[in-house]
Order: sequence, then C-alpha cells, then structure tokens
Amino acid sequence: MYSEKVMEHFRNPRNVGEIENPDGVGEVGNPVCGDVMKITIRVNHDRIDDVKFQTLGCGAAIATSSMVTEMAMGKKLDEAMTISKQAVAEALDGLPPAKMHCSVLAADGLHAAIEDYRARQNRKEEQA
Amino acid sequence: MKTIYLDHAATTPTDREVVAAMTPYFTDKFGNPSTLYGVGREAKAAIEEAREKVASLLGADPGEVFFTSGGTESDNQALVGIVYANEKKGNHLITCAIEHHAVLDTAEFLKRRGFEATILPVDKYGMVDPEDVRRAINGKTVLVSIMHANNEVGTVQPVAEIGKIAREAGVAFHTDAVQTFGHLPIDVNAMKIDLLSISGHKLYGPKGVGAIYIRKGTRIIPFMHGGGQESRRRAGTHNVPGIVGLGKAAEIAAVEMGSEEAHLSILRDELIASILERVEDVRLNGHPTERLPNNINVCIEGAEGEAMLLSLDMEGICVSSGSACTSGTLNPSHVLLAMGIPAEIAHGSLRVTLGRSTTKKEIDYLLEVLPPIVERLRKMSPLKRTR
Ligand SMILES: Cc1ncc(COP(=O)(O)O)c(C=O)c1O
Ligand code: FES
Repeated sequence: MYSEKVMEHFRNPRNVGEIENPDGVGEVGNPVCGDVMKITIRVNHDRIDDVKFQTLGCGAAIATSSMVTEMAMGKKLDEAMTISKQAVAEALDGLPPAKMHCSVLAADGLHAAIEDYRARQNRKEEQA
Repeated sequence: MKTIYLDHAATTPTDREVVAAMTPYFTDKFGNPSTLYGVGREAKAAIEEAREKVASLLGADPGEVFFTSGGTESDNQALVGIVYANEKKGNHLITCAIEHHAVLDTAEFLKRRGFEATILPVDKYGMVDPEDVRRAINGKTVLVSIMHANNEVGTVQPVAEIGKIAREAGVAFHTDAVQTFGHLPIDVNAMKIDLLSISGHKLYGPKGVGAIYIRKGTRIIPFMHGGGQESRRRAGTHNVPGIVGLGKAAEIAAVEMGSEEAHLSILRDELIASILERVEDVRLNGHPTERLPNNINVCIEGAEGEAMLLSLDMEGICVSSGSACTSGTLNPSHVLLAMGIPAEIAHGSLRVTLGRSTTKKEIDYLLEVLPPIVERLRKMSPLKRTR
C-alpha cells in the first residue's frame, strides 16, 4: 500500500536524532492515532543549517518525518514555513488516504520548530 | 526470501488435499445439488457428506448444520435471525465487548432498529464473567452471544458455563467459534450451545464458505430468501466446491487437532517466554493459560505496531497488530481497549498466530530479528522510556 519512496525512507530514514542545544524545538502529537514527533533545528542567518527528527509512529509517520527534514535542510525559514503536508506527501510519491494525517504531523512539527525559534528570538530581543 | 507466515488468525492457506477434493466440483461434477439427475445427485451427495463431517466435529446432528458464505454471515444470521423470530417473547440480547465486529456491529444495527443490547465487559485477560451473563439476563432476553475464543488476544471463554446459565434461563446461546472450530474440541450438547458460527478459511479450508449450527427446535428466521435450499434456512444455490472443501478441512482437522494443539501450545509458550526475556517492557495480552494454542499477543512499549509489522515484512515475516495506525478507522483495537489497555500501550501491539506448518526454526528467526527491530524503532522515538 505504500510507495517505494515511502518504504525507502522508512528503511533508511534521514536525519534521525536530536540536535544538542537546538535553536528551535517542535513537539507535536497526533490526536488521531497517538503518534508523537519531535523536530530540532539549528538556524544560521535565517537558514536551517541542520534539522533532526524523532518519531514514534507508523511507517508513513517515519517516512514523512524523514522527508520533511530532507526538504527543510538548508532552506530559508520563510521558505521552510511554506512546506505543506501535500508537498511532503507528493515528494514521497503519495500516501494512502488514511495516512494523509501522518504528513500533517511532519509539516506541523517542522513549523512548530521554526515558530519556537522565532519566539526565542523575540524574547532575546525583548531582553536586549 | 522465504515467507514466514505467522498470521493464521487472519486466514490459513488452503490445504492441498482440500483443493484436490474441491477441484472436480468445478468441472466434471458441476451439477446443481437441487436437481434430480445424475450430476445434481452427485453434488447433493457431496454436500451431505460435508455436512456430516462438520456435524461430527461438533457432536451435532447433520440436520442442524447449514452452509453459509462464512463467519460473518453466520454471525449476522444468528443475531438477526433469533432476535426477529422472538419479537413476541422479548427484545433484548447480550453479548460482550471483545466480539468480532461481525457480532458487535450486528448488535449495534439491532439497537438502531429498536432492540436492546447489553454489551458485557471483560476482565484484564479478556475473560467474560459468567455471573455477569446471569445478572444481565432479564424477562425480555432472547439471545446470549459470547465468542468461543477471541481472534486477537486468543482468550478462550468459559462457554460451557455460559451455556448452562443461558439454558437454565431458557435463552438461546450463540457462540462465534470461527477461531476454534477444527482447533479446539467442541461439543454443542455438553457446552449447551444453540447456535455456532464457523468459517472455512480459518481451518485450512477455502474462503467465502462457512456454516452455522442451529439446534433443532430453535426459533429463527432465515436471512436469505429465495430457493428452498438448506431446509429453507438459507436460500441460494450451494457453493458446492466450497462446501466440499469445508467438509474436507473438517475431516483433516478431526485427525490433526489433538497433535496440532499440543505442538503449537509448546511453540507458543516458548515464543511468549523468549519475547518477554529478550525485549524489555513487553506485556502479554490475553489470558496466560486459557488461550488459543496458536496465539501470541504482546504490547511492546515505545514501538508502534505498524512500523514493527513493516519491519518484519522486510524480513519476510507476516504478523498483525491492533495499533490504531494499522486500522482503517485509526482507532486502536476495541479488544485491547476493552481489556483496559491504554491507547498508547495498544499502539505497540503485535499479534503472532502460528499454524499447522509453523516450525521451531521459523520462531527462532522471528526471535532473532524482532529485538533489533524494536531497538531501532525505540531509538527513533522522542519518548524516553523510564528504564
Ligand atoms: C472471531 C471471528 N468471527 C468472525 C470472523 C469472520 O469470518 P469470515 O471471514 O469468514 O467472514 C472472523 C474472521 O475474520 C473471526 O476471527
Ligand atoms: S502515525 Fe498513526 S497512522 Fe500514521
């Protein structure tokens, strides 16, 4: 039921793990089926220098997490914010309909990490 | 890569002897058993022989066995047929929370049609308390339906006790024996069973054929209307090859059942003990002893079921899971939830069901590849386990 691309990312997920002292953290849970995902990013000059993920979830959740980190790597933050769940699913040659919500998790996780980074920047500016 | 099939609760491969018995009934012996000439009589004789084989494995009279399209139809027939035939007597049926959806959804359907249904709870092992059945029976109760053994966690219910309680109360007792027919001994008289569901493909017979046992004298309305087949109980031209196949499967099971049960329960217990030993934070689901000889069901904390299933598939191993992620509805297994298992634990459920051909070598291979798979998935998880 999964595309070869999904299986390939499931077998060899990219960017697994956790960045130490990250610049932004996105932690999202999936109310639909109980999956959890954490994305950590390192930002340099408004660009994602490094991104890692950790996911407890189905094959699609792992593959979409892996894909979203690959898509976000090296991108400007504004650009990375526009990565949509559809784009993630398309990059994996599609997902079964029942699994589309897993790609929501991946896109949300990335966006949450960027928002966290921006919130931290705002706090720093306020303190300064 | 050789496939290691460990999902026999989902379906079994059709026995080659069964296929051989069926084959002539597609071609040379193609007659309609309702006709009077030679090829028709030949087909009629074949289905009557199959009926005897099925009946004999139940301790029933052949006249009490009716062929259907499978377990789902038999379950639907039992519930709908009894409830609608007894409208004058009452409007209440009793079943339990871990039944197959063929029973549960039919009970829900009947509820929407104005009938009342009591869905009994189960304990943490998935066991129904017969005293709960006794207490739930009221003057309006027309049917008790409790499965013989559960397809997910393998718990075997105290059907003889429940049958006795229903009989004493004058209430019909149905049991879904889809997972036990041909695997565990059944005696409809000793167990006081009035209706029983059977499915061919769970005992090395073909898919799409089954049977329902209906005790003589039971008030029931037919589900299918049309020709007068099956003593007017089930209209429709007989699936002759399928019925012959089910009969042959029952005949083989009668011979194999005892040794198979002994062989599988040893492998089962070894596998359970080894998984618990080799993987941390695992719990066994279902009853420790009152369980199907081929059923292993565990929850592995911190690893999701579908991801485990896909990983095992990459090693050629076929198993199943009750995780929300594997179900089309994205709900965790209703069986695990009814046993009080939290959704996040059910997430890591894995069911392994052995079969006639399962070898120690296959089990050893599963035990070799499972721990690293769990390890890999746990490493990928953001949740830190306490140990
Ligand atoms: C306990 C139980 N009841 C009913 C069924 C349905 O049987 P069938 O597949 O023949 O419709 C199954 C099989 O999936 C089962 O395990
Ligand atoms: S994360 Fe549960 S279905 Fe994908």
